[in-house]
Amino acid sequence: MAQVALTGNEPRVEQPTLTRRPSKRWYIAAALITAIVALPVLSVLYLALFPDENIWPHLLETTLPRYLITTLQLMAGVAIITLGIGLATAWAVTMCEFPGRKFFEWAMLLPFAVPAYVIAYVYTSLLDYAGPVQKALREWFGWSSARDYWFPEIRSLEGATLMIGLVLYPYVYLLARAAFLEQSPSLFSVSRSLGHSALSTFFRVVLPIARPAIAVGLSLVLMETLNDFGTVDFFAVQTLTAGLFDTWMNLGNLGGAAQIATTMLAFVVILVTLERYSRRRQEQFAARDNRDPIRRFTMSFPRQMVCVVVCAIPVVLGFVVPALTLGTYALEYFEESWNNEFFRNTINSLFLSGTAALTTLLVGITLAYSRRLHNTRGMQVLMRLSSLGYAMPGAVLAVGVIIPLAGFDNWLDSLMRDYFNVSTGLLLSGTAFAMVFAYTVRFLAVSAGSVESALQKITPSMDMASRSLGHTPGQTLARIHLPMLRGTLLTAALVVFVDCMKELPATLILRPFNFDTLATYVYQFASDEKLAHSALPALIIVLAGIIPIILMSRSIASSRTFT
Amino acid sequence: MRMKLAATAAMALSVMPLAANAEGEVNIYSYRQAYLLEPLLDAFTEETGIKTNVVFAKDGLAERLEREGRNSPADLVMTTDISRINELVERDLVQAVDNDVLEQNIPANLRHPDGKWFALTTRARLIFTSIDRVEEGEITTYEDLADPKWNDRICTRSGKHPYNIALISSMIAHHGEEKTEEWLRGVKDNLARKPQGGDRDQIKAIAEGVCDVAIGNSYYYGNMLADDNQRPAAEAVRLVFPNAGDRGTHINISGAALTKSAPNQQEAIKLLEFLSREKAQQIYAEANTEYPANPAVKPSGIVAEWGEINPDSLSLQEIAENRNAAVKMVDRVDYDN
Repeated sequence: MAQVALTGNEPRVEQPTLTRRPSKRWYIAAALITAIVALPVLSVLYLALFPDENIWPHLLETTLPRYLITTLQLMAGVAIITLGIGLATAWAVTMCEFPGRKFFEWAMLLPFAVPAYVIAYVYTSLLDYAGPVQKALREWFGWSSARDYWFPEIRSLEGATLMIGLVLYPYVYLLARAAFLEQSPSLFSVSRSLGHSALSTFFRVVLPIARPAIAVGLSLVLMETLNDFGTVDFFAVQTLTAGLFDTWMNLGNLGGAAQIATTMLAFVVILVTLERYSRRRQEQFAARDNRDPIRRFTMSFPRQMVCVVVCAIPVVLGFVVPALTLGTYALEYFEESWNNEFFRNTINSLFLSGTAALTTLLVGITLAYSRRLHNTRGMQVLMRLSSLGYAMPGAVLAVGVIIPLAGFDNWLDSLMRDYFNVSTGLLLSGTAFAMVFAYTVRFLAVSAGSVESALQKITPSMDMASRSLGHTPGQTLARIHLPMLRGTLLTAALVVFVDCMKELPATLILRPFNFDTLATYVYQFASDEKLAHSALPALIIVLAGIIPIILMSRSIASSRTFT
Repeated sequence: MRMKLAATAAMALSVMPLAANAEGEVNIYSYRQAYLLEPLLDAFTEETGIKTNVVFAKDGLAERLEREGRNSPADLVMTTDISRINELVERDLVQAVDNDVLEQNIPANLRHPDGKWFALTTRARLIFTSIDRVEEGEITTYEDLADPKWNDRICTRSGKHPYNIALISSMIAHHGEEKTEEWLRGVKDNLARKPQGGDRDQIKAIAEGVCDVAIGNSYYYGNMLADDNQRPAAEAVRLVFPNAGDRGTHINISGAALTKSAPNQQEAIKLLEFLSREKAQQIYAEANTEYPANPAVKPSGIVAEWGEINPDSLSLQEIAENRNAAVKMVDRVDYDN
């Protein structure tokens, strides 16, 4: 894969004549990778061609309109929440000086560590009738049953929107903040000196420049929302994903389910295309002068407090409350949970997520860099194709992964049986390889997207300079781009790592025998209405998510001082 | 270079769990949580020395089995519902087992005629009523649930859940589609809130005063009584065995089937036999308050206190066959909204 290029051990081809056109090998590498990564998605499309029964008349007549509307409502709500929280807080911690700013800089990311299905469970246990909140209210006002008062229903579309928004806004925050940090402060100063207020500068200069990054963040949020099953299932919110599972599990029509998945895919493709189309004529390269540090606003005390509150609310709701609740349960069931199985699951989770993060990063770099070298229509198509896995529900993707892997295994097995009379059995399916493959397919969009948007900000004159000084594209990548992108690369890898730690549906279907990750372990209890019994592993998923978050923040902060 | 090495090492390591398939083992794909199977499988290993390996998932195991084909490592599939296990038969993924022990331990109505699946436990779909707000005997049948007098007083989980689908399928088998649809509309009209949560949540909702009547599986109630935190909610409800006086109460099964490709057939059949015998049946009964499939084993003390059960004699096969009709009916009635 990318290693060939990374090590830069190509023969020093004496081509100082600067062939404008870089060699084809990057293009070929990208095409190969895309072909492999697109296999699961293509398998699902193939399934969609052969449904057991045409499900659309029934769906159109009954539930489909509602599935669609609910899905759109959920996505719109989550977009508003994540953009609101993400942009406001990213701006505050980057540009304003207030007490606790340094703390919030990384603390804003904490909710990212909480899986949506966990936060949904926690809030349900807190806010439902038997939970402490309503109990206190009843005692206070002397109510005796649920019929005596009105209380907002957490298990609703609104509840799901809030839950998902609370744990996904860090995508927007992270990418927006990185973009704000990378912007040259002089742009801001120029705008101010030309008479724009801070607010108007924010909307007219800062946001437009940060838009590619914010768009990546938001599209990640929307795809995750579209694919969320745990929360919507638990809250009985009828989205397309719910309809898909219904068609698959209850009607036993996998082909029909694949058709719905394909429809959802089309949804995402349209979304992403629209966004790209809307900024088709923009091209911006910011050569930031690092000697020019960001000058943060000094503000009056009440304004500083507003910043503190704005930053604190999402952290408290999205992290502190769930973590404390899980912590309380974990203590209560500590002896039951603290055992060898728990350690084994922790190691499994760390190992799988680490491997997947590394693979995904390498593949992502290869793709994004190929795109930079060959900015052709074909390359764009490859890039989009390779990201499709993210737009597919995990369980469906898992079936898409099984089809080519088991197909390959069985093909090889028959071949070996025919010619050598030995059975090789299943080499790839049902192993950790299948899981790493699934994670890579699923989360490649995260790494390739972030690397691509960061690469876009490096002015091509860098490449030209490097190439004219005799470096090959690979050397240029290794010596110029990768060092410059260190912060982004680490961020991308860690985001994927945390995502893999939380991944559930594909993990469940693909895993080998007797193999649990923290997420699957939590799920088997949570799905049996017993999450308290697995609060400890749930807490560990959350805590493990925090470590990369801290590293991530440090690296972003320090990258400012020494790139 | 270092990255390359790390990646290679990672790839090599990632293939390792494959080594888990030695001889003298049974490999299980389970729709049932692994922790619920653990006591049973531990007892089996202790008795026979045969190791067991489990993958648990709620979805997709049938697809995995089908795609893995003749090389699939799975020997047994264990499910919690009749339609899931019937699906395996329909897709030709399981094989017939002709075995005296199993035939002796499991009554004929609780196994496939050719031995393509065997029930290991049964669970009854009960009606729960508020002790405070509903008189004893005020509701006695599933049909009563559609009576307008329960308007705004009933709670259930999603109509699409396999347990409700099986109940609706059995109604279709008894009354036909038209009558059943009418009934289901009636039940929907009586709902106090949008269907949500699991069976335990419906019992809790009665305790909370949200509704007065709920539907749920028997063992959820049993397990709630055994849990200190949930006992108060369970104690607020009375349980009703619906249709005990006529055709009998609707039951569902948890069961197991031998896969077509099973590489460890002998061991797998040993496990099936073990699961049907008294020791394992006892564990099922005690640990999860289900009804043992083996008539020689008595239900646990708690369950016995509820009284004799008169199960509906409708064949499980027929219930499974009505599944699709039931699912579509739930959509037409718009039950979940």
